[in-house]
Amino acid sequence: MKINKKSVLQLGVCIIFFGGLGILINNLTINLIRTGLGFNFTWLFKPASFALAEHPLPYTSSDSYAWAIFIGWLNSLKVIVSSLILATFLGTLIGLARTGKNFLLGIISAGYITVVRQTPLLLQLMFWYFVGFLSLNDNMFIQIKNIFNISNEGIEFSGLTFSSEFLALFLGLSVFTSAYIAEVIRGGILSVSGGQWEAFRSLGLSEREGITRIIIPQALPAIIPGLTSQYLNLAKNSTLAIAVGYSDIYAINDTIINQTGRAIECFIILLISFLLLNLVITNTMEIMNKLTLKSKKYG
Amino acid sequence: MRRLVSGIVGLAALLTGCATTNQDNSSRLNLIKNRNELICGVSGKIPGFSFLKSDGSYQGLDVDICKAFAAAIIGDSEKVQFRPLTAAERFTAIKTGEIDLLSRNTTFTLSRDSLGGNGLTFAPVVFHDGQGLMVKKESRINSLKDLANKSICVGSGTTTEQNINDAFESASLPYTPIKYQDLNQVVAGYLQGRCAAMTSDRSQLAAARSGFKNPKEHIILDDVLSKEPLAPASDGQDQKLSDAMRWVIFSLISAEEQGITKVNIDQKVQIAKDNPQLKPLRRFLGIDGGLGEKIGLSNDFVIKVISSTGNYGEIYERHLGQNSDVPIPRGLNELYNKGGVHISPPFN
Repeated sequence: MKINKKSVLQLGVCIIFFGGLGILINNLTINLIRTGLGFNFTWLFKPASFALAEHPLPYTSSDSYAWAIFIGWLNSLKVIVSSLILATFLGTLIGLARTGKNFLLGIISAGYITVVRQTPLLLQLMFWYFVGFLSLNDNMFIQIKNIFNISNEGIEFSGLTFSSEFLALFLGLSVFTSAYIAEVIRGGILSVSGGQWEAFRSLGLSEREGITRIIIPQALPAIIPGLTSQYLNLAKNSTLAIAVGYSDIYAINDTIINQTGRAIECFIILLISFLLLNLVITNTMEIMNKLTLKSKKYG
Repeated sequence: MRRLVSGIVGLAALLTGCATTNQDNSSRLNLIKNRNELICGVSGKIPGFSFLKSDGSYQGLDVDICKAFAAAIIGDSEKVQFRPLTAAERFTAIKTGEIDLLSRNTTFTLSRDSLGGNGLTFAPVVFHDGQGLMVKKESRINSLKDLANKSICVGSGTTTEQNINDAFESASLPYTPIKYQDLNQVVAGYLQGRCAAMTSDRSQLAAARSGFKNPKEHIILDDVLSKEPLAPASDGQDQKLSDAMRWVIFSLISAEEQGITKVNIDQKVQIAKDNPQLKPLRRFLGIDGGLGEKIGLSNDFVIKVISSTGNYGEIYERHLGQNSDVPIPRGLNELYNKGGVHISPPFN
């Protein structure tokens, strides 16, 4: 009797949900046809006819829109992965400094977290770009010939060039996310009971050894879920690239929408790209989480 | 897998939710009249065309065109709500019905005007522009060729981006485009020296330069990269509204040709009423012929328009004339009989 009631209820919820979804999809299709915007993806293979400043793979303006979108995706991936690494590194250092015994370091890291977390990311990006990189003058730094060259066009380092746009986005995202990661790390460390600190100290382990071998392994299960959501935020925040002139997937789609008028198709492509990217991040972190839990159990 | 499925379902729900626009098939012309307000999409950031003044009101040529539409459709040029839009937002805003029409420095092109493209319909051109390049005088750059291998600041998502590419590609010159989302960023990037040149429509370059600290240190190159006929636009499937818009603009041009101004309009109406033999004037001012009704407006719409905004020449003088903040020589924007290209078909 009880089971029966439950399944009827579930069936009802399903009918309401899928019915609602059906109405919405129907509505979308009707409206798309009415406004003459029926789904069509053939434009993807027409020449894009716009140039890109940054392209990790060969690209010319006679390549297809699909290739341009792929280049944009690579550009996004480049900035997301590199920011992810720097943000984790910075965040861990600051998180440790914030929880450590050194008073001065504690104050500085607390100040850093406060300032970074309480100003909007968009403003920070604009600051890095317009105030930070664009005001660099050619004469400001001594150029060590052919090795290291800084100007407002970016940084050139032994043949590798990084544009100001990329650097502003990379640093902006890393610094912003690192403040959040620092708090996640601090939360994780504080979740380990104070007795553990006393225990390793009484065993004669050094502070560094104690943290890396006793505290961090126990803090990791509390850190990883928080870290995952920060990584996801970082990936999504990378679309603010458009504010500093970096050609990420969103900026390129913005141009394509204007040239082709295919807003809905472009947004579907964008949403699916980010969905897939974030699924990769979530699943990788899930695996890491399982591994740490396992190692704790048997370690 | 479960997450992927739930993600896609969520995505579909989100998308469908966004696309629910009203299904009213009748013209927006009636909607505007019933609402007693015209919702007009503008840029809001281009001095001389549409610019937000310190008192919160909008000013410029594009703004006055909106006011002329409101005067013709509602009978009151002040009944306009302005919506500032970015270049990327503007077409979607028409398609979703967020705005009634667009009067925002929009270039009239085939793909924008066609059902297979952006699905809009353009009203007659209100300003003939062309894309240009602005450089710093001290850079000693004199033509397109001097810009080879240099960075150029461009606004993204506009025909500007395509034109600059076409120009450099056909001259086989390599260049680096630095793309920003709006003109203010293009200007900031250019002034800070990120690019050797900035490119935009020449009118916008002139407008931007008027706000620089030292306008005289910047020159606009003679190279004109494109024809940029700027025109208001509306939904391509709403012929009633586009008819009305088309003839309101022609009335502005025709009034200038006939010497009918904001000041002498009442006098001209009186003359037309007193002289039955002045047939073209009587038709134009709606005393005979019932022309206004045919496009869903009142017969005296021309009188309402001219008495509130003045004719095309007066609008131009007010915002882009020699004594305005953004002086741009009329050039192509003169009437056809004075060396320009503006001409109105007959009001018959």
